[in-house]
Amino acid sequence: MVDLSVTVGGVSMKNPIMPASGSIAEGMADIVDLGRLGAIVLKTITPDIRQGVKPPRVVEYTDATLFSIGIPSKGPDYLLNHTVPFFEKFGPPVIASISADTAEDFGKLAGYITDPRIAAIEANISCPNLRAHGRAFGMDPVAAAEVIAEMKANTKLPVWAKLTPNVGDIAEVARAVEGAGADAVITANAILGMAINAETMTPRLGNVVGGLTGPAVKPVILRMVNQCAEAVKIPVIGCGGIATGEDVVEYMLAGASAVQVGTTNFVHTAAMEQSIDWVTDYCTRKGIARVSDLTGALMLPGDQPSEQRGAVAL
Amino acid sequence: MTLSATAEVEAPTGRFPRAENRCRVVSNDPVNAEYRLLVVDAPETGLTAYAGQFFHLLCPTTGSEQPFLRRPMSIYRIDRENGQLGFLYKVTGKGTRALMTLAPGDELNAMGPLGIGFDLPQGTQHVAMVARGVGLATLAPLAKLATSQGAKVTAILSARAPDLLMSRDELEAAGAEVIEVNDLDGNSKPEDVTDRLRAIHAETPIDFMATCGSNRLLGLTRDLCTEWDITGQVAVEAFMGCGLGMCYACVVPIRDADGNEEMKRVCYDGPVFNVNEVTTW
Repeated sequence: MVDLSVTVGGVSMKNPIMPASGSIAEGMADIVDLGRLGAIVLKTITPDIRQGVKPPRVVEYTDATLFSIGIPSKGPDYLLNHTVPFFEKFGPPVIASISADTAEDFGKLAGYITDPRIAAIEANISCPNLRAHGRAFGMDPVAAAEVIAEMKANTKLPVWAKLTPNVGDIAEVARAVEGAGADAVITANAILGMAINAETMTPRLGNVVGGLTGPAVKPVILRMVNQCAEAVKIPVIGCGGIATGEDVVEYMLAGASAVQVGTTNFVHTAAMEQSIDWVTDYCTRKGIARVSDLTGALMLPGDQPSEQRGAVAL
Repeated sequence: MTLSATAEVEAPTGRFPRAENRCRVVSNDPVNAEYRLLVVDAPETGLTAYAGQFFHLLCPTTGSEQPFLRRPMSIYRIDRENGQLGFLYKVTGKGTRALMTLAPGDELNAMGPLGIGFDLPQGTQHVAMVARGVGLATLAPLAKLATSQGAKVTAILSARAPDLLMSRDELEAAGAEVIEVNDLDGNSKPEDVTDRLRAIHAETPIDFMATCGSNRLLGLTRDLCTEWDITGQVAVEAFMGCGLGMCYACVVPIRDADGNEEMKRVCYDGPVFNVNEVTTW
């Protein structure tokens, strides 16, 4: 019997697999057994009501998508009165995700939605900071830390920082948010990209630029998870192109304590449940008693024991 | 900071069974120069579909085509007696090029049924449908639904040329009266279609209209619905990400009675909307 449970950033989960913010909605409940998930991460909300950016909002590649949605949001009261009650009944801890235009507003919003039905709050710091000419909070270690500090000052709930991969040194940002009190980091949000239609000579996205997600980004984010895990003591949650149980294991070996599945949910609704099954089988096959033993168990060349390789005692 | 809320309630879930239906391809043949008809044996959940809903199809990966996202496809035929679903599609891009390669016996993963379809009031006497292009496919199940509820159905089918017209047999089999118009014969202009509808209305009053596939047909449907004070509904098409309301890629501006616009999801809040709510189909 494999112990799949993990405790990540103050949240106990029965397994390490959860959806990435924005990749589940009420409609998913008709198809997926949400009760099986490690946690339910909600779509990002903002303090105000937003409609999102002008369509078209998605471009498709062979194994990736470029999305620019613009965080459409119905605001915090809708979250507390409709979204949380809907998802709370499935059982797994509910994680809210928030964004705002200033660090102060992140703090106020975190305080406003602090509620016993919410297990943790994710800070989506990949959005533009209006006080810094639209530069994303997560691109600046100081601004990222300010957001987390404001949130920690306004809520007793664990705060998870969702980092942006659009930086030179992601480990530096991870250390900055850890220093500000973050309980976990999520590595990472989408990679900034752009798509152009040669025939019409126009951008393919209404917002011109968007975020690249999907299996194609896995090697890039896997490397960043590894860098973050080496840089901080708080748990790292891997998020980037996960489509299968094997991807989950790879992320955990790289240093992740848990993972988020995003874009794959749009295509294969069974992916999270299948991943839970695959990881269980993997651990059984490898003689691994606790899934948490996989975290950081990557064997670098030279580290590998000559006997019983991978069998026990990771 | 403003902390505000909206009062409106999202469409409830759990109203319909939904699944990734593993369907078996029965046939996949051209019906004319542009369109093909894909018929599949569908499991029970798939057969609960009703007029105006859609399926999100996982397109096969072929040597040259690797569509990553699913493709939304309106339902052309719901044949519960034979346990089959039919999709009428035009080959326009890599998704439909990949669908074209499906052969009898192949599996098709069809997620659905999805979305909110046509809401035909009980007691409707006379449904007028006007459609063009792919819209001809989308409205076919509505004819069956309407006649089964005892309504008369008049369908005006429009196309560029007579040989591109489809659905006559399907609609006549459903008990609809079919009128075909096309650009080559010069009888498909909105004013001509409007005149025809007025004449039909004068004979047997129309109390419900449905349209799909053309902004000009949407415009004339909206005008006539306002004039006659009847309900008109339109099936909207959009490029989609997830099909389940998660990703918000397929949004269109939806106008309320006061003229306020809100971006709504075609996949989850639609794809069928009131003709007064949308600006394009």
